[in-house]
Amino acid sequence: MTTLQARHPKSKRGGVVRWFMQVGWKHLLALVVIAYATFPLVYILSTSLTDMGGIENFTLFGQFYTKNYTDLLTSPDYPFLKWMTNTVTLAGITAIISVFISALAAFAFSRLRFKGRRPGLLALILIQMFPSILGLTAVYGILSKLTDYVPAIGLGTKAGLILVYLGGSLGGGTYLMYGFFNTVPRELDEAAKIDGATHTQIYFQIILRLVAPVLAVMALLSFIGTFGDYVLASIVFNTTDQYTVAVGLNLLLADPWSKNWAMFAAGAVMSSLPIVVLFVSLQKYITNGLTGGAVKG
Amino acid sequence: MRKRNKNFELYSGGTPSLRGTLAKIFILGLVDAGVGFVLMILFGKEKYGFAIFLGLVTLLVNWIYLRRGGLPAKYLAPGVMLLIAFQVYVVIFSGYISFTNYGALHNGSYAEALDAIQQSAVEPIEGAAEYEIKVVKAADGAVLFLGLDLNTNKTFIGGEDYAKHPWREITTADGLVVDGSGYPTSLSGVTFLTDDQIVDVDPGVTTMKIPLGPNLDTDGFIATADAFFAQQNRFSYIYDEKNKSMTRLIDNKVFPADDSSGFFENKDGEVLSEIGWQVRVGWSNYKKIFGDPDLRGPLSGIILWTFLFAFFSVFSTFVLGLTLALIFNDERIRGLKIYRAIFILPYAFPAFLSAYVWRGMFNTEDGFINRSILGFMGSEHRIPWLEQQGPARAAVLLTNLWLGFPYMFLICTGALQAIPNDLTEAAGIDGASPWKIVKLIKLPLLLVSLAPLLIASFAYNFNNFGAVYLLTGGGPFLNPTLKVNAGATDILITFVYRIAFSGSQGADYGLASAFSVLIFILIGSISFFSFKRTKGLEELTQ
Repeated sequence: MTTLQARHPKSKRGGVVRWFMQVGWKHLLALVVIAYATFPLVYILSTSLTDMGGIENFTLFGQFYTKNYTDLLTSPDYPFLKWMTNTVTLAGITAIISVFISALAAFAFSRLRFKGRRPGLLALILIQMFPSILGLTAVYGILSKLTDYVPAIGLGTKAGLILVYLGGSLGGGTYLMYGFFNTVPRELDEAAKIDGATHTQIYFQIILRLVAPVLAVMALLSFIGTFGDYVLASIVFNTTDQYTVAVGLNLLLADPWSKNWAMFAAGAVMSSLPIVVLFVSLQKYITNGLTGGAVKG
Repeated sequence: MRKRNKNFELYSGGTPSLRGTLAKIFILGLVDAGVGFVLMILFGKEKYGFAIFLGLVTLLVNWIYLRRGGLPAKYLAPGVMLLIAFQVYVVIFSGYISFTNYGALHNGSYAEALDAIQQSAVEPIEGAAEYEIKVVKAADGAVLFLGLDLNTNKTFIGGEDYAKHPWREITTADGLVVDGSGYPTSLSGVTFLTDDQIVDVDPGVTTMKIPLGPNLDTDGFIATADAFFAQQNRFSYIYDEKNKSMTRLIDNKVFPADDSSGFFENKDGEVLSEIGWQVRVGWSNYKKIFGDPDLRGPLSGIILWTFLFAFFSVFSTFVLGLTLALIFNDERIRGLKIYRAIFILPYAFPAFLSAYVWRGMFNTEDGFINRSILGFMGSEHRIPWLEQQGPARAAVLLTNLWLGFPYMFLICTGALQAIPNDLTEAAGIDGASPWKIVKLIKLPLLLVSLAPLLIASFAYNFNNFGAVYLLTGGGPFLNPTLKVNAGATDILITFVYRIAFSGSQGADYGLASAFSVLIFILIGSISFFSFKRTKGLEELTQ
């Protein structure tokens, strides 16, 4: 550990004060920040364990009932497990494919030189600025046309919605990954080339392996993004069985607003837990993934 | 030019592995087989235009992957195709829609509107016969009505296709069997449907119209509401194809099709039906945005708040995230990793859930914030968080701060760690105070590298639909005198969303699309010019 503490053992009073002035206060501050960052989460966890049903939860962990969880898991009106499966399928497939396709495009932008590369990159960023929520009419139009032509990827199908998600996620993903590919030294490519590697071998066996942690982070971020989508999923699906967690939990909260609040809380806890665990365990890579691309040290 | 050649050599050549080649052929084959299958369906449905388009795209894909060279296309093709289908097309489509009156009242083509108007207005022919009916199926599969005229006790039969099954009287000579009271019980050549079978008739017995003569429009038709009784009906409006006009039978008024308003409308401005069709309206949606006093009033306030909201969201999250990153970028702190992991929890929690949770906590009467946090601090006063403009806006910003600061903390931490240590150490040796090191060395370096992300964050928040809509729905709606529904926390995107999809005002996709084009141009150019001033675009355009 730190040389500082070795030089100023805490047994001396001056050392403690000095330690507090330099490091100790940061622990206190950390506690305040932790309280701020987690109180809504603690609140919803505690609410999910009450038995009142409404939002009247004034003391944290004053009660401890699992009724909301069992209610939600067994409710015939709100097939929560089905929603979870739907959401995980949708978000999982979207994450994997979008990362794969973005990585392909990012390789082209980072390593190959071709006409339209620069405008292409710029267009990629700018097209993301279109308020996609307002493109809903167009998206709905495309899907209902597809329903006529190829029902398997039309309205009410997961495949159709995945296609829409893919179209929306490519720009941002490609741009972030492009930055990250740039940090992989070109000399590696050259060395591989001397060994007789083709471009596909360079791409799959060298670059992709090197950036694997970033790919995982991109996949996770894409997963969370899709997981949180309410609007698109709500126009594509129209039976309760097809709903995603976002649409389903919204149904739970539908009027009167706070009637099923505690049940919603249980749903929120159950659906977010896997993501939170994944996220925290990948935390180190996430920092790199977000900054490595855009920020060059 | 030299660079390009070198590059070309770097990624060309080499010996493709057998496995790689096989994989490529396998995947292409799979794609081609899938498309072939879809093409067969399309030809079956006679959708030739789309089939040819799909075929050409598939040929292009095969060409890209089978030819030598053309590397960029090989890597870009899947992404570009999806992007064109679901993003570029959406932008172009919205651009087109913004010049039309597309909306709830103008939903489809002229032919569709025509059909819908006629179907919507049906009236019984006065004094005409009423029937008790049986639903039967003919040998050719057509569904027919077998009707007993309740006044004359004569029996009739007929189907929707007048040429094959005209409405005609039948007697026992035709194989009809009736019971004692004259009700038909069987008829040779047809089967009587059971109740279950009647329910299964597609698209539905109650939508069937059995023509009384060769011309459905003028001759009238038989229709039933319950599959037991049927009446002779006629359309209330008769369409004149030559003059493209509708005649209302009740008063014989003529309503010509007006291709500038998209309605059947007569000279007095009277509209035949609320149902219209889609027509091009030129710049009128855009003119409405800039000229309509009903819109202009609330709009200026909304635009101002949108900018404030986006700016304060970026500013507050950045300041908090940066401060925390600076303080906690200190390896001497024990348990630093755990602290960091907990700090970013709000980022890991799905955003839509966060918005709902905060909405519950902001509840004035029973919310956790008023009752527990403020109550704990000894305040009896309940803040009407989501009920008045000031508190509601504060609530939106507070929620967005909580949602956004972990992201800023993450990227600031990453950027700080990328600053070479020797730089700050050298300054320390030169006697610079820690604060000076931050101010003079770290901050400028950070701002340079983070500027593109801050711009992107501004653009994101400018259109941050979820943060507002899921928390307040754009509300509270405090001014009932407004002709458009504008709430106190509405940002542009939530306001326009309501125009586009809300039921109460009647969805107006044309107007909403004009808005989205303008928002796109606005935020696109703001981002473009700010990128241009930062390192981000320099790197991009090198």
